Amino acid sequence: MSENAVLENAVSENAVPENKISETAAAPPPPPPVEDKGESLLRRHIANYFESVSATIGLVVLVTIVAAAFLSPWIAPQNPYDLAAISIMDNMLKPGEQLDSGLVAVLGTDEQGRDMVSAILYGLRVSLIVGASSVLIAAIIGASAGVLAAYAGGRIESFVMRIVDLQLSFPAILVALILLAVFGRGVDKVILALVIVQWAYYARTVRGSALVEKRREYIEAGRCLALPNSRLVFRHLLPNCLPPLIVVATVQIANAIALESTLSFLGVGVPVTEPSLGMLIANGYRYLLSGNYWISTFPGVALVIVIVAINLVGDRLRDVLNPRLSR
Amino acid sequence: MLVYLIRRIGQSILVVAVMATLVFLSIYAIGNPVDILASQDADQQELDAITRRLGLDRPMYEQFGIFVWNALQGDLGRSFVYAKPAVDVILERFPATMELAFVALVFSIVIGVPLGVIAGLKPDSFVGRSIMSTSILGFSLPNFWIGLMFILLFAVQLRWLPASGRGPVTEVLGMPLTFVTWEGLRHLILPAVTLALYKASLVIRIAQAGTRDVMLQDYIRFARAKGLSHRRIVFVHVLKNMMIPVVTVLGLELGSMIAFAVVTESVFAYPGMGKLLIDSISRLDRPVIVAYLMMTVVIFVIINLVVDLLYAAIDPRVRLSEPKG
Amino acid sequence: MKKGFRPLVLAAVPLTMMAVSQAGAADLTIGLAAEPTSMDPHFHNLAPNNAMRQHIFESLTEADENQLTQPSLALSWQPTGDTTWEFKIREGVTFSDGTPFSATDVIYSICRIPRVEGSPSSFTSFIRDIVEIDVPDESTIVFTTSAPSPLLPTNLASVAILSAAAFGGENVEFGAEGCENAGTYPASADFADPAVAVGTGPYKLVNYNPGDRITLTRNESYWGGEVEWDNVILRPIPNTGARVAALLAGDVDVVETPPIQDFDRIRSSGFEIEQGLSNRVIYLHTNSGEAVPPGVSGTDGRNPFADVRVREAVSKAIDRNAIVERVMGGVAVAAGDLLPYPLFGTREDAEPDAFDADRARELLAEAGFPDGFEVTLFTPNDRYINDERVAQAVAQMLARIGIRTSVDSMTASTFFSRRGQGDYGFWLAGWGAASGEMANPLLALTATRDTDAGTGLTNLQQYSNPELDALIAEARRTVDDDARRALLQRAGKMAMDDYATIPLHFEVTPWAFKSSLSLTPRVDQYTLAMGVSAAN
Repeated sequence: MSENAVLENAVSENAVPENKISETAAAPPPPPPVEDKGESLLRRHIANYFESVSATIGLVVLVTIVAAAFLSPWIAPQNPYDLAAISIMDNMLKPGEQLDSGLVAVLGTDEQGRDMVSAILYGLRVSLIVGASSVLIAAIIGASAGVLAAYAGGRIESFVMRIVDLQLSFPAILVALILLAVFGRGVDKVILALVIVQWAYYARTVRGSALVEKRREYIEAGRCLALPNSRLVFRHLLPNCLPPLIVVATVQIANAIALESTLSFLGVGVPVTEPSLGMLIANGYRYLLSGNYWISTFPGVALVIVIVAINLVGDRLRDVLNPRLSR
Repeated sequence: MLVYLIRRIGQSILVVAVMATLVFLSIYAIGNPVDILASQDADQQELDAITRRLGLDRPMYEQFGIFVWNALQGDLGRSFVYAKPAVDVILERFPATMELAFVALVFSIVIGVPLGVIAGLKPDSFVGRSIMSTSILGFSLPNFWIGLMFILLFAVQLRWLPASGRGPVTEVLGMPLTFVTWEGLRHLILPAVTLALYKASLVIRIAQAGTRDVMLQDYIRFARAKGLSHRRIVFVHVLKNMMIPVVTVLGLELGSMIAFAVVTESVFAYPGMGKLLIDSISRLDRPVIVAYLMMTVVIFVIINLVVDLLYAAIDPRVRLSEPKG
Repeated sequence: MKKGFRPLVLAAVPLTMMAVSQAGAADLTIGLAAEPTSMDPHFHNLAPNNAMRQHIFESLTEADENQLTQPSLALSWQPTGDTTWEFKIREGVTFSDGTPFSATDVIYSICRIPRVEGSPSSFTSFIRDIVEIDVPDESTIVFTTSAPSPLLPTNLASVAILSAAAFGGENVEFGAEGCENAGTYPASADFADPAVAVGTGPYKLVNYNPGDRITLTRNESYWGGEVEWDNVILRPIPNTGARVAALLAGDVDVVETPPIQDFDRIRSSGFEIEQGLSNRVIYLHTNSGEAVPPGVSGTDGRNPFADVRVREAVSKAIDRNAIVERVMGGVAVAAGDLLPYPLFGTREDAEPDAFDADRARELLAEAGFPDGFEVTLFTPNDRYINDERVAQAVAQMLARIGIRTSVDSMTASTFFSRRGQGDYGFWLAGWGAASGEMANPLLALTATRDTDAGTGLTNLQQYSNPELDALIAEARRTVDDDARRALLQRAGKMAMDDYATIPLHFEVTPWAFKSSLSLTPRVDQYTLAMGVSAAN
């Protein structure tokens, strides 16, 4: 089992690997289906969410960062991807020094002469895009596979779950490392590799909740009404499996971002001319021992703030969406 | 139990076989090792000769057949670079990585369990909340960046600990270890703590959740009602019950630690298996990459197997009904 | 040339003579950047192996610190015809196990080279020309080659001499298809055993502990006089930070290639840094074939690099001094040729192309690309010093004259494989001339590619200039040194004028060591205990 799978288990309600006991040991009292309560439940969840100060701060910080990252072309002092705009003559400036163009590099410049503030904003964007899109794609694939497995049962189920087990028996970092060594560098390739290492978590999570949902009366009722399978699965089964999926996916975005930065650090991630936060940190590594701390430190701080904010939000979502703990 | 055992072993063998195929095929999609190994002046004749010597002139299915046949006999091929068995090349680095992983494991338990129990006993207190918030930091922070910051703080600024490498080796029971000397331990502290932080946070969470769960159980109420001391309740009942998930997860985590050591070893230039893997990828030493991955698969499968069996031994419900998933 | 580099001394003293007798016992520990992959001197043609083996095994000739060929186990040599070379061998030399050195050992070693099991890169190309070896008397060896081979003495410096007797080879007779009486050749792994690794060199192997250290001790019976160090310990410490830390902590006495950014720290801690120019040039290649090469766009179906004016524009757009100062931290020399002067066949007046962005824009416009074009610059990211950073700096500079350049960097293994498949239109790479003379880079980088003839093996840019080919071919046939030098100089100028390769800079190799020592930098970047001595 891998890093992420364990994390997911650890933060899930059971506190022990789900596939080990959740179905064998006492199953938790099933949460009421979301559909039943509708609007008022959502509103209660939202109100509930903001009861926590740290979660509120986390959300505010996260929204601010996401906005800043996506507005970076307008708010960054420099376009660090435009090679004609940066100059090697400005490289390795300390925080607060001035570039040739007159711009003050508040956080210094890197070894190519990129303004660190701009590089961090653009790097954030790369990291967020990679994290969010890989999670989204992996969640769609994984959730479909998980629901399919739970609903179809029999051979299909055991086949899908064998693949999931196989996938999870390998650590994500190693699989991604090998995949990227094969694929080469590129944002699209990193996303693909992250999808491959992540989909299985969602498949397993969704299958777990779908198995519970499947036995409930409304599905039986739907069957009795001879509703088509696809309608049953996508309109009824899947939506009711969403809350645990959302919790896992939120936390996974943080994991995906961390994994991407680690891969870039190891030299198999995004291209050098479009550095993500991880790549910026890696670039600064060699200057660390000589005291040029800023190239590694500031992108790292940005990375940590993003990840902590996402985790705070994810943590709270788990509490809010999990009725057993919110007594 | 026996049926369970046989079935689990069968599954494990299947996993190893499938992974061997996948690993072999994907590694053979990466570049041409001859381009790296040959000197830049090599002419076509020499390049062909190297290709023949390394057996790369054969069609892929034949190479795969040879690989499988040899692997069944325990031979995972000869390193292109060192011209000796790939397994030997890896085993030379194995003690260093295992030492790092075990020391990290010890650190994570020593840090994680007490903090987790405290947080679990008083979940709503300031201390409990602080511990839990800090644990979020623990697994939020990317491993390699923590390592860099440790180097910056403890090696560059304070100059307390060395920035990289492994300390002097001492033979202990035939194993080349370093933690027995102060100098060796000094080299080990930063990488091991870096590697341990994530696990420690995990242990805190598990221990906290476990403690909370246990404290709400009826038998604890009974124990309380019977007048057992708080200390006895904590040390006997809580710890005992909480150790099940901790053992499970840490067992699984040993494998993941070995995998994550790839990152830590790269940051601290620690001469272990992970560093070897990264080097071998850049040198296209295919047999070493394949052997490393196969050894990792086997280690993982064995760890999973052992944990499952241990778990089955601790919790009889497991072996009665094997999960279908 | 920048000040601070030790001038390349032409009148070089053979290295073995430099190991002057020194009173007092002393050990030397060297921190290597890369570990030798075997103790077998015939196993792997790789710089760390080649440097390592020189301590234990010698050759008929040897390359001095400027890569000029000097006597070693041979005293002298001369061509006796177009395809024959006569070598006089040194007498009274014994191997470290006491057996005397003779012509048989030379034949045995040449016989073994093509037959090393599992060799990832053999030394065969150095001896392939040899078709016959005769021993008219005990002190003379006559080599017959298949074609005129002016570089044979240079090539023989790469052929380590083993003891035939140690492996049961007696009265070995040379045959191009296989030798007689050679017995069973030893396996490469056997050389980890000091009893097998027997050579005539100044040191003997004591212990080979892979990943940790190689321990050598003085060869008491060395023919070249007393050896300076009692024991030499070679410790591979691939991580630069750890290597510097080991030096500062006093664990090692000398380290290879300390990182540029640590120079101040090393000097302020009381250590010395010595820098030497290397034989490696970092260059750009432009696919100049007819079709639009991969990675080039916005050119209306034309290949811009086929036009010499575009190649010149690229060269003039690059501020080599800025790269040297800002990216290489001053530890490099801007290049205007494929090898630094005064190596054999180089020109004293080969100046780097001056930075002139305006002229570059004009040239682009003249060539019909007033608005520039788009191109991807491919580069390895772990092969040469700061390779990826240099490529990014080049991309910046080209962007300023309108050539919109993106950089695609990858690990060396992928880079070279893909280059071999013709995936690139524009790339950065490096070339170290193993032979230390101009024919080597000219032949590899600029001659028309013909794998059967062995020309243009690294000329993967479809560059072809028949005039240049003819000059190079003539130089390769010319045995007379002066005539060959003149031919190579003409060929070098022709290649540079046609921008057959765009050189950026020559790498400079730094060493850091204790201030009580002195070190002779070598063009081939090898670190040898024989080149280190106690100061004064």
